[in-house]
Amino acid sequence: MLIKKPQDIKSSEITPKELYLNRRQFIASASAAAIGAGAAMAGIDFLASPTPATAGEKLKNLKKAPSAFDTTEKMNSLKDITNYNNFYELGVEKEQPAQNAKYLTTRPWTVAVEGEVKKPKTFDIDDIMKLSPLEERTYRLRCVEAWSMVIPWVGFPLSALINQVEPTNNAKFVQFVTLHDPKRLPGQKPSIFGNALEWPYVEGLRMDEAMHPLTILSVGLYGEVLPAQNGAPVRLVVPWKYGFKSIKSIVKLRFMEKQPTTAWNTMQPQEYGFYSNVNPEVDHPRWTQATERRIGEFLRRKTLMFNGYGEHVASLYKGMDLKKFY
Amino acid sequence: MTLPLLKPAVFAVCLIPLSQLAYRAYSEDLGANPIDTITRFTGSWSLIFLLTSLAVTPLRRISKWNELIKFRRMLGLFAFFYALLHFSTFVGLDHFFNFQAIGKDILKRPYVTAGFTAFVIMIPLALTSSAAVIRRLGKRWQQLHRLVYVAAFAGVIHFYWLVKSDIRRPAQYGAVLAVLLGYRLVVKWSPTIVARLTTKASAVRSPQNLVQSGTLTTKETKIT
Repeated sequence: MLIKKPQDIKSSEITPKELYLNRRQFIASASAAAIGAGAAMAGIDFLASPTPATAGEKLKNLKKAPSAFDTTEKMNSLKDITNYNNFYELGVEKEQPAQNAKYLTTRPWTVAVEGEVKKPKTFDIDDIMKLSPLEERTYRLRCVEAWSMVIPWVGFPLSALINQVEPTNNAKFVQFVTLHDPKRLPGQKPSIFGNALEWPYVEGLRMDEAMHPLTILSVGLYGEVLPAQNGAPVRLVVPWKYGFKSIKSIVKLRFMEKQPTTAWNTMQPQEYGFYSNVNPEVDHPRWTQATERRIGEFLRRKTLMFNGYGEHVASLYKGMDLKKFY
Repeated sequence: MTLPLLKPAVFAVCLIPLSQLAYRAYSEDLGANPIDTITRFTGSWSLIFLLTSLAVTPLRRISKWNELIKFRRMLGLFAFFYALLHFSTFVGLDHFFNFQAIGKDILKRPYVTAGFTAFVIMIPLALTSSAAVIRRLGKRWQQLHRLVYVAAFAGVIHFYWLVKSDIRRPAQYGAVLAVLLGYRLVVKWSPTIVARLTTKASAVRSPQNLVQSGTLTTKETKIT
């Protein structure tokens, strides 16, 4: 297996130059438009710099120091990350979410936090973006479909948000809910052939998983505002679990005493468990999970236990039969 | 267009998907996961050609355009051709000739088993498609080629078992197959069914009977 060390990677390999330049152009025009709109709308406030809200807009004041959890593997290109997506609310084919991204407007946007907490609160997305210093976290993402990517997320530990609402002693789990709005997420429109999944999409974590420092809320990637197809404006990233656990476009967190229902588990309980930790020894009933194809590579690689994050998270599952709790 | 010109034209049309795939490969437009794209593309086209070849007989009967039968072999062979590309992608690109993994997949994964079954069935059908073999096999050729129904069914099941949750596409293929096979059943059984229905209908619903039973007056019979 060839794992490139950081010094082997030319920066030109990371993002194609013309793509990078195009983005710059786009950012320039997008921010000009944003400033113009801001000035027109609020005469007083327009001098204050608005929170970046448009996909591709540069995020400022990112923590430069590489996180201890960062992988140094070669990152996937922005093009691959933003054009190969599983986001059924924007289309079931991989390239559809990028094509339908325009429907998902992300302002105004709020995230309600309710349930077993002492201080329930509804956060505005612009406050969420400022809740904690934004960090760059380059993580491996392993999809349950046996492909993987390396993605430079921008975000902050979910624990920062959880600490603000002060969960009660009854809070054993947290459920996450995606926006349910067929106008903005056209994949949720009812179809005569039935729905791909039950809407809204829901996911869940055990409290210790939610509080784990690897678990982040992401608001960007490649140093820029998160594109719609990747789950804008805010999504979960849990790198040691299959990708579908990392729920997109979150509008609600609900702290609960009982294990919450999750979308894929409801759909196919024998195929998708609540935990869904990446585990090469437990196959999906229909395909092997022992190997994976890293997007951009030809040969399959061996899948790593907990997606390679075992040293950080294996202790969470001590004594549990992971074949039973898949 | 006359038939001698039409045949090469249809042949060329059948090659359009392949050339489209080749062009997309050349222009690096196969997406982030090219192997997956190629696999899905060739698999879909194999199914489409298989269903098209099964549509020939119903269309010929309905349109009474008997010449259509001359395209059936070509369509069937193209179905096999795209299935062969599909299978080669699975062996050579997806698994890179790791025959242990391939064998495990075929035995352990029901959707692979179904797809492999469809492909294996199509091999003897393709091999026995020349005029000489057809003549030599006579009646047995027809019996052998009925296996195409099994192959089509296995192909659709292969697709259905493969998808994670959105069964719309495989359901569409399944619906087409159901219509094509249903047509054959109706044709086979309809003489008896039609006969039975008409006797029943004439016994109960014929205007004469209704008049006799007093339901209709003679005047009303004229209106009906």
